[in-house]
Amino acid sequence: MSSIAPSAPGVVMRRRSSVRRKAADLVIKVLSWVGAVIGIAVMGLMVWEVVVRGAAALNWDFFTKSMPQDFTVTSGYGMANAIVGTLVITFFAALIGIPVGFLGGVYLAEFGRNGRVATSVRGIANVVMGVPSIIVGVFAYAILVKPFGHYSGIAGSVALAFIMLPVMARTTEDILNLVPNELRESGLAMGAPRWRVTLGVVCRAARGGLITGATLAVVRVAGETAPLLFTALASPYWLSGLFGPSGFFGGPTANLTKTMWDYMQSPYDYLIQLAWGAALVIIIAVLGMNILVRLVFQRGQKW
Amino acid sequence: MSTQTEYLAGPGGPRDAAPPASRGGFQFGDPIFRVIATACGLAVAVAMVGLTVVLIVNSWPAITALGTKVLTTVEWSPGQGKYGALTALAGTFLSTLVAMVIAVPLALVVALLLVELVHPKVARVIGTTIEMLAAIPSIIFGMVGIFVVVPFVQDKLYPWILNTPLGDLPGIRPGPTNVGGGVSIFSAGIVLAFMILPFITAVSRDVLSMVPQVTKEAGYGMGSTTSEVLGKISLRYANSGIVGAMFIGLGRAIGETMAVAFLIGSVYDKLPHSLFDPGVSIASLIANTFAEATDKIQKSALIELGLILFVITVFFQILAQMWLRRVQKTTGGRA
Repeated sequence: MSSIAPSAPGVVMRRRSSVRRKAADLVIKVLSWVGAVIGIAVMGLMVWEVVVRGAAALNWDFFTKSMPQDFTVTSGYGMANAIVGTLVITFFAALIGIPVGFLGGVYLAEFGRNGRVATSVRGIANVVMGVPSIIVGVFAYAILVKPFGHYSGIAGSVALAFIMLPVMARTTEDILNLVPNELRESGLAMGAPRWRVTLGVVCRAARGGLITGATLAVVRVAGETAPLLFTALASPYWLSGLFGPSGFFGGPTANLTKTMWDYMQSPYDYLIQLAWGAALVIIIAVLGMNILVRLVFQRGQKW
Repeated sequence: MSTQTEYLAGPGGPRDAAPPASRGGFQFGDPIFRVIATACGLAVAVAMVGLTVVLIVNSWPAITALGTKVLTTVEWSPGQGKYGALTALAGTFLSTLVAMVIAVPLALVVALLLVELVHPKVARVIGTTIEMLAAIPSIIFGMVGIFVVVPFVQDKLYPWILNTPLGDLPGIRPGPTNVGGGVSIFSAGIVLAFMILPFITAVSRDVLSMVPQVTKEAGYGMGSTTSEVLGKISLRYANSGIVGAMFIGLGRAIGETMAVAFLIGSVYDKLPHSLFDPGVSIASLIANTFAEATDKIQKSALIELGLILFVITVFFQILAQMWLRRVQKTTGGRA
């Protein structure tokens, strides 16, 4: 402590008190912990608020009856038709987004690699992931609602699929890149064609990660609202069939998130309560699936 | 990926020599698979191009009819044929600013904690919990914002600020449109901050963990305290990567829709005088009025706003990508 380290001529080493240095150290540590506690507290607050307010709305009617058409009612209705609608819209989004995104990821990881085309596709996918979801909604409106003259559930599905596509492709690529090349080599050495090696060996080896990625991509879009505002819209009716004014292709389709948006802006307590119930259902599904796939597929996952 | 296995991707590799005998003479599996996969890969690019073209085509009527008025006038009142988006641009800018001012320092200290201060197992638990914030849908942030943030700002925070000397500052003292400070750009910014927190934290954490262990150890060897190593070595080593993380957060905040639409109020025609005044953002203006817009020019003008928002977010995304790639090259790690 007493001697000053030799320094270059002209450089004056200032002695700083160790008390002050230790104090600065403590301040940084405390601030870091405070930051983490704030982050965790906000997460806790979100879940708490939704659980407390939503629990009051959840009952048998909520899951079995459809939405009220008369807004002044105070009980006896539910969101069953919106739950079904959200499931159908998300299902069709997954039907489009998962296979295309998956194969796009296969292209990036197995065929395109570091070629110029693949590099561009990768860069574009990264950019598309950052495009605000409301703009995707406007896009889907312009290509699927305006030309046909009516809102439809499928337009909502296409918008959600658009959001899933780059997420799915990039996740698939990242996961396939973790599979060791020796596995590909041994498959090819057995005389298997490339497509069988890719699907039967590489993807099979990485299936845990692939399922995790696909599930998280689906869950992520299931809670989206903005892409549905001008596509699926909302409807108090049950989805019936594919075509016709209350069909999936033919007219507005009931869904949870857009209904929550409408109900939260209404002056009726009962509707607001239903919206909180829907929020609870969504948060249980989203967080539940997130935790579930992490537990099931990432334990003991080598790659 | 070592060079000895590069041939796997190239043409003329072993896949061409693979004996087709076991496939019963069917030899087209590989080319077909390759074509389908490539088409799906290109679909991402096609989607992006399609989105751009559709936005331009649909906003063309407004661009030709209104010219630069959209970007230079304040008042947005379709009933009178006025389509000025400066109010929305100001709301977008200010709410993003508030969010960044709150989220960046917070994300930084959390990332420091996760990388440097706690055991990796503890870091995983804390990191996952904060990551989960990204999984909560935007609309639920908005709902909790209405019930928690709005009353807090209106009843506690804003009255308290107004009683301090800060309350007289322009930008803080209430403007003509003020409704008590709860429904305001500031409230929207607070909620936005926690929506982008997980993204900035994740990227900052990645760049901070790229700092070589030996460099940090050299610092400790010189007798530095933890905070000195953090400030003088880790942060300095990672500072450009943290800028990249900020761009990522910025791009997210600018386009956030639902939460902002709940909280920012719906004042379309008057510039906010204060952060505690209500306003509107581009995304929330579209969300609020697009479905009800019956006028052709109004719809087109809203799509033009979408195009502007699109260009801004794409710009920041590309900036972030390029920046982070450069950082990755110069620091030799994986971002």
